[in-house]
Amino acid sequence: MKSKLNLDPKVIDSARTAAAHIAESMQSFIDKHTTVTTERTILRLLGIDGVDDVERPLPNVIVDAIKDAGGLPRGVAYWIGNAIIQTGKEPQEIAELVGKGELDLMKLDMCKKEEAEKAIGLYVDKALNRIKEQTAKRDEYLATIGEGRRPYLYVIVATGNIYEDVIQAQAAARQGADIIAVIRTTAQSLLDYVPYGPTTEGFGGTYATQENFRIMRKALDEVGEEVGRYIRLCNYSSGLCMPEIAAMGALERLDVMLNDALYGILFRDINMQRTIVDQFFSRVIIGYCGIIFNSGEDNYLTTDDAIESAHTVLASQLMNEQFAVLANIPEGQMGLGHAFEMDPDTENGFLYELAQAQMAKEIFPNASLKYMPPTKFMTGNIFRGHIQDALFNLISVWTGQSLQLLGMLTEAIHTPHLHDRMLSIENAQYIFNNARDLGEEVEYKKDGIIQKRAQKVLADANELLMQIEKDGLFPTIEAGKFAAVKRPMDGGKGLEGVCTRDEQYFNPFIAKMLGGAK
Amino acid sequence: MSNTAAVTKLDLTKIKPYGDTLNDGQVQMSFTLPVPAGEEANEAARLLMKKMGFEEPSVVYFKDLGIGYTYFVCYGKTTHTVDYTSIKVTKVEVDIMDRLECEKYIEENVKRTVTMVGASTGTDAHTVGIDAIMNMKGFHGHFGLERYHGVNAINMGSQVPNEELIAKAIETKADAILVSQTVTQKDVHIPNLTQMVELCEAEGIRDKIVLVCGGPRISHELAQELGYDAGFGPNTHAEDVASFVLTEVVRRGLV
Repeated sequence: MKSKLNLDPKVIDSARTAAAHIAESMQSFIDKHTTVTTERTILRLLGIDGVDDVERPLPNVIVDAIKDAGGLPRGVAYWIGNAIIQTGKEPQEIAELVGKGELDLMKLDMCKKEEAEKAIGLYVDKALNRIKEQTAKRDEYLATIGEGRRPYLYVIVATGNIYEDVIQAQAAARQGADIIAVIRTTAQSLLDYVPYGPTTEGFGGTYATQENFRIMRKALDEVGEEVGRYIRLCNYSSGLCMPEIAAMGALERLDVMLNDALYGILFRDINMQRTIVDQFFSRVIIGYCGIIFNSGEDNYLTTDDAIESAHTVLASQLMNEQFAVLANIPEGQMGLGHAFEMDPDTENGFLYELAQAQMAKEIFPNASLKYMPPTKFMTGNIFRGHIQDALFNLISVWTGQSLQLLGMLTEAIHTPHLHDRMLSIENAQYIFNNARDLGEEVEYKKDGIIQKRAQKVLADANELLMQIEKDGLFPTIEAGKFAAVKRPMDGGKGLEGVCTRDEQYFNPFIAKMLGGAK
Repeated sequence: MSNTAAVTKLDLTKIKPYGDTLNDGQVQMSFTLPVPAGEEANEAARLLMKKMGFEEPSVVYFKDLGIGYTYFVCYGKTTHTVDYTSIKVTKVEVDIMDRLECEKYIEENVKRTVTMVGASTGTDAHTVGIDAIMNMKGFHGHFGLERYHGVNAINMGSQVPNEELIAKAIETKADAILVSQTVTQKDVHIPNLTQMVELCEAEGIRDKIVLVCGGPRISHELAQELGYDAGFGPNTHAEDVASFVLTEVVRRGLV
């Protein structure tokens, strides 16, 4: 494809190569470590679920017991495999016994690593089969009832009650939404466990629980069959339980998940070592089960200036792409994020936004780019807000974005009312239809404002990535180069949940998932 | 001529909305009723507007929302009036100084560095408000407190427990604590803001510190009711907060 922006392919290659080197150097750190949530994810995939008599999730009970006894570097897969051999029981039975205090995994006789690996093999295959069934179900829906055209209309529901969310989600689907994101209560990102059961009283959202996922999945399948369009479900594989929630998403057929270590470090103050390790396993799962991940670069522009710092978004997208490559995620599942967040008083701001959206499309032609609406400069003037959203929608259809998170005219006032969502869907449908092939018709003036803007952002991103390659990613974050937020290497939440793997450590899912096991 | 006529009819003790003629009382509104679209739904909307005190209620647009609920855009002429002359609003009463004036004020009246600690507290994960006030860059051309000479601005970010914010204030001998609350769904901010005041009192620092809060749904009146020195709503910039804090530090002899 010829670049409409006259972008220099050599600069793109240089930036991408630098990003690849950064990701590889992080991978060597990741491969030496594990985390409590990574281990709990293995337990969940082995079929362990439920809570003990004081409501502690069993995966936490087991991992904490193993950690307290110093056994975490070996990995839970070994300890569960060993327990299967020594007790002859299934993983769930073993977990329940540990929960009741009737079994101490660390006091059993110890088998060889290979024997433990073999003992859990059956349960590993079972989990992979369950996930494959869900992937097949999605494929079947897409083949039979089909889906909406891109850009997909992506809306949120955020009542805090999963049953109320269902009503709003089904209404949105009937109005034309293609993706429903169930907003998660803000406090969950810092919980080092996944709550259990349905949520009916959340603040600013529900908890990401397996039961909530199940309830919403069922509701969206029903309405999808009714409207003749597969409706995608989105939630958050983020915070301190990234990979556990990814596993739940894989098992319950979520389609889109927000997943970005950099976001957690910068905006939730999660420890960088912890979350970079967590992210890897979560992305392996996401890649395996066909979920589109969404990265959170759009958020940089809520704290930093959208014009001055546009290159940090591109640099981060390139790194997120390379992290995804290492987790074997196909390009189509890369929902790299960016946003329409310039001050609306900027002269020619629309041209700059257009340049950047077009640039993202040209640099990531096969990705499922996630385009985020104006939020920072939404004022409560709902009428002007509706126009800001309209300009955002126009750029999206013009430049071929994939996931269009619809702006709400009432942004900055409240979580969307039922009819706010309808008005925003109507806005997008009108513009997408009315300007459908605009991008095919329009080229940009050579060396004009649009071309020059995109070329500058790319050049700046390339420079930043080469600098990061030299300095390292962690020191770059410590210096506050992203989103103007500084985070220390040993600061933030969750560092106590990171440990070095011993020589016999194994995670039975990573190799099989990376290999695309059936 | 018509202007004079209009002015003569304006009675500030009985004001009502202006559509295109003085005192026509025209109001535009939109809402959803949980009934399917149709004549009965429109009639329900009109009856509701009558109960709200609107004459000649009219539904100019309606649309079924897909779950048997209907959205309406309506107009009506309100019958109610308000006495504008008797209104009293509690506002932050302070002369707003710009950044340079604030810096000069510190030099001349405080004569030392003023420390302000801020955070988005409780479960609130939104930093947009506190960042707009505190970060170097500020918001929309208004520099934040970090840029002010003579101000030591410490932004602790989001989801900061009240206890941690107070501990930081004590540790840094802060002159002011700035609490930001963006998420206000189901009034989650009220107990959190109240607990902050209680903790300040329990720690014995309440009278040694200027305590202010801000956010899209915060008013000065609400803030005072909850025990804060001031509350700042939308369209507040760093200079508004700085002017209040500095004036208050001097007024209360906390210099």
